[in-house]
Amino acid sequence: MKIRETATIISQECLCEGIYSMWLATGIAGSAVCGQFISVYPNSDSKLLPRPISLCEISAPGDEQAVRIVYRVAGAGTEEFSHMSSGDKLDILGPNGNGFLAPVKEEITADTKALLIGGGIGIPPMLELAKQLRCNVNTVAGYRSRNEMFLTKELERAGRLFISTDDGSFGTCGTVIDAVNEEHIDADIIFACGPKPMLKGVKELAGELGKNAYISMEERMACGVGACLGCVTASAGIDDHSKVNNKRVCADGPVFLASEVVL
Amino acid sequence: MTDMSVNIAGVELRNPVMTASGTFGSGIEYSEFVDLSKLGAVVTKGVSLTPWEGNPTPRVAETYGGMLNAIGLQNPGIDTFIERDLEFLKGFDTKVIVNVCGKTVEEYLGVVERLADTNADMLEINVSCPNVKEGAIAFGQDPKALSDITKQIKKKAKQPVIMKLSPNVTDIALMAKVCEDAGADAVSMINTITGMKIDVNKRRFVLANKTGGLSGPAIKPVAVRMVWQAAQAVRIPIIGMGGISSAEDALEFIMAGAAAVAVGAANFTDPYTTVKVVDGIEAYMKDNNIKTISELTGCVR
Ligand SMILES: Cc1cc2nc3c(=O)[nH]c(=O)nc-3n(C[C@H](O)[C@H](O)[C@H](O)COP(=O)(O)OP(=O)(O)OC[C@H]3O[C@@H](n4cnc5c(N)ncnc54)[C@H](O)[C@@H]3O)c2cc1C
Ligand SMILES: Cc1cc2nc3c(=O)[nH]c(=O)nc-3n(C[C@H](O)[C@H](O)[C@H](O)COP(=O)(O)O)c2cc1C
Ligand code: FES
Repeated sequence: MKIRETATIISQECLCEGIYSMWLATGIAGSAVCGQFISVYPNSDSKLLPRPISLCEISAPGDEQAVRIVYRVAGAGTEEFSHMSSGDKLDILGPNGNGFLAPVKEEITADTKALLIGGGIGIPPMLELAKQLRCNVNTVAGYRSRNEMFLTKELERAGRLFISTDDGSFGTCGTVIDAVNEEHIDADIIFACGPKPMLKGVKELAGELGKNAYISMEERMACGVGACLGCVTASAGIDDHSKVNNKRVCADGPVFLASEVVL
Repeated sequence: MTDMSVNIAGVELRNPVMTASGTFGSGIEYSEFVDLSKLGAVVTKGVSLTPWEGNPTPRVAETYGGMLNAIGLQNPGIDTFIERDLEFLKGFDTKVIVNVCGKTVEEYLGVVERLADTNADMLEINVSCPNVKEGAIAFGQDPKALSDITKQIKKKAKQPVIMKLSPNVTDIALMAKVCEDAGADAVSMINTITGMKIDVNKRRFVLANKTGGLSGPAIKPVAVRMVWQAAQAVRIPIIGMGGISSAEDALEFIMAGAAAVAVGAANFTDPYTTVKVVDGIEAYMKDNNIKTISELTGCVR
């Protein structure tokens, strides 16, 4: 059940230059699953459209209902969010989209080797997924450089963590795919979120391994709930809902089986 | 007693507030937030004879107080639309207005005929979409073509016909008059205003389609002016839209001459906008001792 409400900020901190972490008290936590996102509305009247942000953590059942988002200041909207602090109010709508686990629940057993790959600001949704998976979790996180790393402690607690940096200042020098190869990480199933070139690499990797990859995609959005058809991505086959080769990232995704979409 | 109902071409709407085509799907998604039975009408996304793919992405961009869209009328085609969307809308006590699009007159007529025996209460003919290459706006910018397509659709249509007008014309009053003379039962306005946004860092157009239709609060003054001009020229009802996000905005349109109004981009900012507008108009009527909407329609001359 989707909710639109004015949420209260519990806390906000800067994780590293330009990356912020915010906990919001919201009833959305009650029905949210990992891989879903929320629409966050800037307070400024000049900005009409919500900013889609993935859920990085969801409070455990029984705890105070809250969600955590981790975001990068990319423009005026996220800049506005970054200046807010504990006690401030923020309008949000969610939970939106499908999430990672619904299609794969049956496939995953205690000895499944799950490979989680996050690139840059695609890393946050991997945390809740890593926490929820009850199997063998290997996470690869790719950053630009050592001083731009975030969420590493939390990811280490939720599985084995491998790191790559573009400049080689920490872990594998190169891409997340280079790290997978260098560390000989084996996988039965792959989950990934990150920039499109990385997702292409993940799709190829999955093809080589003959395994399924579930990738979380980004597209410009207006409604965020599936009504406006603003956020489509090309699909390999005719989509059941649209009747053309298009799927809505906000409603049919953001998580897609890599082979279903054209990257 | 305040009576919010309005009558458009013989169809009685519970109140003058509807959704603007393309911003609300067929109500399936937004029904999680809004009781569709509280709305005067649900106006559906444009539907064509066969499924349309639409434009490449990015299809949407935010602008100051507004947004650009170049969806390109992606839709599943009339067959799926009747089976799924119209079927869904049967579950609500609201009027259903189907927005019709096509690349040729024949295509428009094909959709209109397929809708004849359905639960569609009215047809809104989109001759004003700026985002597709053929058809659509070509009919809406040339008085002769507009007159011709209106007449042909009126011959075939079983339901009242609303012609949806483009603001991308020199004389909106003339276009409204052309529709009236050709037999249209109502006109709706405005569709989006053609616009453009450039990413100066990438030195590229923001939208894949280069141009898009501007909507939202930024276009409201233009829309109110156009409704007023059209209201001076025609007697058929006008459905006003363009940047409505509050009851006050809606009342501006009504006072300019609109018999009813539609809420578009504001649904994206707040999915409850339509019901807030309904409640706000009702409160205004009570406060000012207004008994019927028609007392307000065109009251500013
Ligand atoms: C499903 C999904 C999940 C996301 N999760 C996260 C996350 O967890 N953390 C994070 O930092 N970012 C995330 N993003 C990207 C985030 O939405 C954008 O960075 C943000 O909208 C930028 O807003 P702005 O006002 O700061 O930038 P501006 O450039 O000023 O925004 C202008 C407009 O473009 C849109 N926009 C700009 N960049 C993007 C983008 N990359 N994707 C979609 N819309 C964009 C904005 O929403 C706004 O409507 C996600 C995007 C999607 C689609
Ligand atoms: C995303 C989007 C899709 C639209 N699709 C259609 C459409 O299919 N048919 C149509 O006649 N108008 C369409 N419109 C135009 C709206 O119905 C409306 O005329 C316009 O947006 C102005 O109203 P607003 O400022 O309240 O959004 C669309 C507008 C938007 C923003
Ligand atoms: S953003 Fe409107 S359909 Fe996805």
